[in-house]
Amino acid sequence: MNFSLMSAPERDFETAKNQLVPLRFITCGSVDDGKSTLIGRLLWDTKAVKTDQASKLKSDSKAQNNGLDLPDFALLLDGLQAEREQGITIDVAYRYFSTSKRSFIVADTPGHEQYTRNMATGASTADLAIILVDARAGILEQTKRHAMIASMMGIKQFVLAVNKIDLVDYSHEIFEKIANEFLEFSLSLGVTDVVSIPVSALKGENVASNTGANLDWYEGNTLLTTLELATSRSAQTVGFRLPVQRVCRPNEGFRGYQGTVAGGAVKPGDSLVVLPASIPVNVTEIVTFDLVRNAAVAGDAITLVLDRNVDVARGDMICSLEAKPMMGKEFVADIIALASTGIEPGKRYWLKSASRRQRVRVEPFTTVDLNSGVWSDTERLEMNAIGKVRLKFEETAIFDTYAANRGTGSFILIDPEENTTIAGGMISELVAKNPQNLHDYKQGLVGDNLDESDDEKLVLMALPVAIAQKLQKSAIFEELKYDIAVTRIKRKNFKLLSEQKD
Amino acid sequence: MNLTQPEQKPPEQKPVLDPHLKALENEAIFIFREVAAEFENPVMLYSVGKDSSVLLHLARKAFFPGKIPFPLLHVNTGWKFEEMIEFRDQVVKNYDLDLISYTNPRGAKENITPFTHGSARYTDIMKTEALLTALNAGKFDAAFGGARRDEEASRAKERIYSFRTPEHKWDPRNQRPELWSIYNGMINKGESVRAFPLSNWTEADIWRYIRAENIPLVDLYFAKKRPVVERDGMLILASDKRLEIAKGEKLQELWVRFRTLGCFPLSGAIRSRAQNLDEIISEIQTATVSERQGRAIDRDQSGSMEMKKREGYF
Repeated sequence: MNFSLMSAPERDFETAKNQLVPLRFITCGSVDDGKSTLIGRLLWDTKAVKTDQASKLKSDSKAQNNGLDLPDFALLLDGLQAEREQGITIDVAYRYFSTSKRSFIVADTPGHEQYTRNMATGASTADLAIILVDARAGILEQTKRHAMIASMMGIKQFVLAVNKIDLVDYSHEIFEKIANEFLEFSLSLGVTDVVSIPVSALKGENVASNTGANLDWYEGNTLLTTLELATSRSAQTVGFRLPVQRVCRPNEGFRGYQGTVAGGAVKPGDSLVVLPASIPVNVTEIVTFDLVRNAAVAGDAITLVLDRNVDVARGDMICSLEAKPMMGKEFVADIIALASTGIEPGKRYWLKSASRRQRVRVEPFTTVDLNSGVWSDTERLEMNAIGKVRLKFEETAIFDTYAANRGTGSFILIDPEENTTIAGGMISELVAKNPQNLHDYKQGLVGDNLDESDDEKLVLMALPVAIAQKLQKSAIFEELKYDIAVTRIKRKNFKLLSEQKD
Repeated sequence: MNLTQPEQKPPEQKPVLDPHLKALENEAIFIFREVAAEFENPVMLYSVGKDSSVLLHLARKAFFPGKIPFPLLHVNTGWKFEEMIEFRDQVVKNYDLDLISYTNPRGAKENITPFTHGSARYTDIMKTEALLTALNAGKFDAAFGGARRDEEASRAKERIYSFRTPEHKWDPRNQRPELWSIYNGMINKGESVRAFPLSNWTEADIWRYIRAENIPLVDLYFAKKRPVVERDGMLILASDKRLEIAKGEKLQELWVRFRTLGCFPLSGAIRSRAQNLDEIISEIQTATVSERQGRAIDRDQSGSMEMKKREGYF
């Protein structure tokens, strides 16, 4: 083979870089905080912009003068003509860049309130959120709203980019104040992995490199280094899940179930169960184009061959015997309304989750004010509203909680007349037959080992005071308060999970 | 005709894909299976280029050990590079594929050529109109395409499932939100979806995957001394008899290859010595121009790709 054009270290570089799956992140923040400029800067500084695109950029941005003889980076992202005309980002744009260490997929999401749904779309697949604020303006309501949506969508890592730091004379004090305010807010959302970075996206300070003495008081990493070091979503640890996408029957002798592993792992010989019919089966073979494999893990697209001929169809889920998902006809979920029609109580929608599509009625019961974080009762959810709903199915549904498994805990709602996607949702718990009783909420608040048949039992969980207080403010707590006992106890009397390992 | 790269290792020694490519492959296979399960009559657009070659490879993987459960559609303008058509026929034979080749009869009837009608008008009739006629004729409710979001600004906002009206129109301002990997495939009769399994791939990913998976390609992607003429700033391959060399144009033998392939009068070659995949990958890593730079149809006016897409172009 001819390696003459590629020196050995370069190849090592290339190998090292692809040992990680791409990091998916979103950028969010208020209008005019400079999101598109920041992403444009990242693309520019990582050489993802080519000269023909740059010359087009320069011709497009003649009218605008940022005084730096640089192209208007925002134009890189606002690709659609409508956006060029309006000067704002109206949809999610996906961009790709890479460094010597890692590849990135960034969803540039809109700042305008009416486009909250697009932000949720970008957040649904992201591992990390860059929350951008203007150093002159500090944390705004929209900043909090976006951070809240990001955390609801399951993002556990925040990077606060305090932009336009040059316009406040690189003030350490202003930066600290904004960073502290944001950290406090993030903690209240349950997000503890927060990195704050002072940047000037326009000038490129602290984005890809830390040059000059303007920010000599800042000792942390640049934005790009922080992204390189971020973790991708950790492997899902619940049991094996294979939502069956299709049945492969090329001839009489072969019958395989095709799908992508949504959790856990599988190997030949494993005993599994086909849901919702609850048929026990054993794995004989894992078939892929390349070879017959001896194991498959979450994320792998496989064809599973079972030891017996059972009736398995698209929409069924093949699962571990010992860690089954929840099955039932009524669930509670968090939902974001995406369409102008909002969510109509009692209307019959289509729900699609993994490979399963079924009829559901949706009953909203609370909604959160995104500015104050306060929950209140409601029966309707308007577009861009976030709320909690009861899902009532006509046939058995199969879910994990979204916290346990993003793939089997998420769903979309489809309007049966318009065929439009009207909501995205995240399962929080199963509701059993009698929702008045505490034991019916067997997931979530009260642990998952509660015996359904025993009305007399309670589960005792010891929580740090801060978390308990947060729980007490939640909608579900409010609903259950007559079935819950609260008392304060001494920390030293209990062994935490982390201390019980050995 | 040589369908395998000369320097590939035998399959049993094939190394495991790196996690980055594996993740992209898994995503594409998921999309293929989802569309095949949800739609009644899908078709795969096959342009014979590198992205189509990757797409085809992924489709074979997705449905293995079964056959690809839908036909391939090649919109043949009649002005493709000869090598492309030879390669296409060989691939169809080797993999036992069901191929539909469609050429708009207006081309021959009205003598529409890229030389006489200009790239915009020619593309409109021989590509867009041809594609829509073929899709309507087959009553296809889903069409796979090899478009990638990193190619061009308006594609950056394309969904994985891109909804089209019965007139095949794309409304970029009114796209269905797409959360997680849950795709909404519900449509009314006459409407359709374009599905893009390679949405999240970059040009570098495509090349690295071709190398890792040993995927055969049209020889034009590899540098060679070829006869070319320079026209409108592009190097046009001068091997087809229909190319008339104008006064003042000079036929030259240059080391060139193609970064993208389409109709030969509209696809510019680049000067290159990259004769194998390693050299191509090295070349694009240091390239300072984007791959669509050689495409005449993108240059008509700013935003021209978005306009073509709204009208139904892939």
